[in-house]
Amino acid sequence: MMNKKLPAFHVVKRKSISSTKRAALSALAFVLAILLGGIFIALIGQNPAEVYSTIISGAFRSKMATVATIKIAIPLLITALGVSLAFKMKFWNIGAEGQIIMGGIFASYFALFHADLPHFPLMLIMFAAGALGGGILGAIPAYFKCKYDTNETLFTLMLNYIALNIIVFLTQGPWKDPKSTGFQKIATFTENARLAEVGGVHVGWIIALVLCVVVFVYLNYTKNGYEISVIGDSKNTAKYAGMNVNKIVIRTMFLSGAVCGISGVIQVSGVAFTLAESVAGGVGFTAIIVAWLSRLNPFVCIVISMLLAILEKGSSVMQSTMGLSTEVANVLEGIILFVILAVDFFGDYKIAVRKEGGK
Amino acid sequence: MNTVINFLFAAIKAGLPLLFGTTGESLTEKAGNLNLGVEGMVFMGAYMGFFLAYKTESLILALVGAFLIGAFGALVYAFLTVTLKANQTVTGLALTIFGSGFSKFFGTLMITANNKVAPQLPERIKEIVSEKPLPILGDIPYIGKLLFSHSIMVYVGIIIAIVVGLYLNKTYMGLKLKSVGENPAAADAAGINVDLMKYIHILIGGGICGLGGVYISLVNSGGIWDNGCVSGQGWIAVALVIFVNWSPIAAIFGSILFGGLKVLRLYLPTSFLPIAIYDMLPFVITAIVLIATSMRKSKEFAQPKGCGVNYFREER
Repeated sequence: MMNKKLPAFHVVKRKSISSTKRAALSALAFVLAILLGGIFIALIGQNPAEVYSTIISGAFRSKMATVATIKIAIPLLITALGVSLAFKMKFWNIGAEGQIIMGGIFASYFALFHADLPHFPLMLIMFAAGALGGGILGAIPAYFKCKYDTNETLFTLMLNYIALNIIVFLTQGPWKDPKSTGFQKIATFTENARLAEVGGVHVGWIIALVLCVVVFVYLNYTKNGYEISVIGDSKNTAKYAGMNVNKIVIRTMFLSGAVCGISGVIQVSGVAFTLAESVAGGVGFTAIIVAWLSRLNPFVCIVISMLLAILEKGSSVMQSTMGLSTEVANVLEGIILFVILAVDFFGDYKIAVRKEGGK
Repeated sequence: MNTVINFLFAAIKAGLPLLFGTTGESLTEKAGNLNLGVEGMVFMGAYMGFFLAYKTESLILALVGAFLIGAFGALVYAFLTVTLKANQTVTGLALTIFGSGFSKFFGTLMITANNKVAPQLPERIKEIVSEKPLPILGDIPYIGKLLFSHSIMVYVGIIIAIVVGLYLNKTYMGLKLKSVGENPAAADAAGINVDLMKYIHILIGGGICGLGGVYISLVNSGGIWDNGCVSGQGWIAVALVIFVNWSPIAAIFGSILFGGLKVLRLYLPTSFLPIAIYDMLPFVITAIVLIATSMRKSKEFAQPKGCGVNYFREER
């Protein structure tokens, strides 16, 4: 090695890490994130303890606030489940935003033009249509990925904006509400095309929890789920094992998009009661974060999406009581993510001290 | 003739903010990192540039500040993805969430401090960044109006794109950088400090994105602060990188083309198509280009091979 000294430390990949250690790391990350967020709050001249307690109490200060918090968590959770399916396969579906929108568009067609159907069949058709719409938008990049190895991250990203502009197109033209003067919008759904409520919140929460179990079972206890994880580990292994990789990738991406589409159906029929540009409103991107932080575990997704919903709802309360912009939620979210991504490193790698003698 | 000139002029004005983001992102991707935080870094630059111009009346300070804040965002990204091997997609998204939140948060503070009215740029800054003909060159008929009557920020963007383009294709450092992006293990074996190369170029790339924010908040928003001023332009810049095949010099024309699509409907005698279709076109075209390039599988027309995958030396 001549005179050049080797560095005293080097990074080694861990073979595995016990689940207790993993949990301890996550807890450490969470505490660090809260501390760093607190430093940011202190830097802008506020009391961190006060801000945090306002966020938490604000998210649950009344029944209405609690309902609102849950309503924020529902689409996050469902969409996170959807992208988890793709991520497990190491297919970087960042098109959830567009898939939510397509789900909303397909469902809205029936809500607007076939609202005379009986309630139950109508809702079923809306959900089926929404899942189909999201699924198609998910399957398109998967098809091109399989056929030509087209980069899916960038393609799904483009589809988000194409989908968004389809809504704008529908709002300004074919689906414009003739009764609305001035501001162009799509008509509000009739009572018949709206989701029923259970316990003060639209039934989306039940659908979300059911989907959680379904996705968990699908990924862990079915042949299809097994195929997905094999492809995620190594496409070549899957090929040698005789799996039809292309078929599995396209099928899984259809399902991933379909689940995101369902989230769109719930947003139009349970929250907005119309189709608007804001139907996805960034949920597709935040859900990727939820899925990632949950390590693609559907049940952990419930916790993370609730935490982010509390942060978002709580920040809006803070705006009215403390005069801080709701955007503080995004800043804190970003800081939390950075910290967790950083701490993750120590779960996968360890820093080893180089032994004397340079070996 | 005047309509055509006016249209092209408007296309340049509308498209140039994309050029900064695209140049910065091209540099980053050439280093092998897909940074989806462009939107966030442009947002941070937009705020920082406006704030400094508003408070200090100095364009230089605004540019330096915006560059530094963009580079700071990129530093966080680089630390996480290069040193700590975090997933590039997720880290980039986190940076976009953080950056747009950061800009809107401090933007709101700025508005609150100004008696809840969106602050205006000082006249001095407005004058510096205003569109005015250059001496002599600006007097050439037609060409003068089209090419030499822009805001100074237009020339800044084009010069940066040309410099980065030449750097990538004509210098030894540029060649080394491309080897890092294409095959980091081979670059490492050849004695190139892969991590250092990545850090340098991700940071400079982020800084250039930040400058794009200054263009948006100082030139395109008419001198008044708007919390949502960037509104997706960072994402279009990411799309444009693909459209121009990772070439900053081609991006000069690409950004003007995208800008043209954005303002086209204002210059057509009748709008043939619904407005949304024009807004959709850049993304449709980019998607088609993406598919077409992958179909051809040509080596000349592709993303750097190592882009999106972290390099871990002990895993060669």
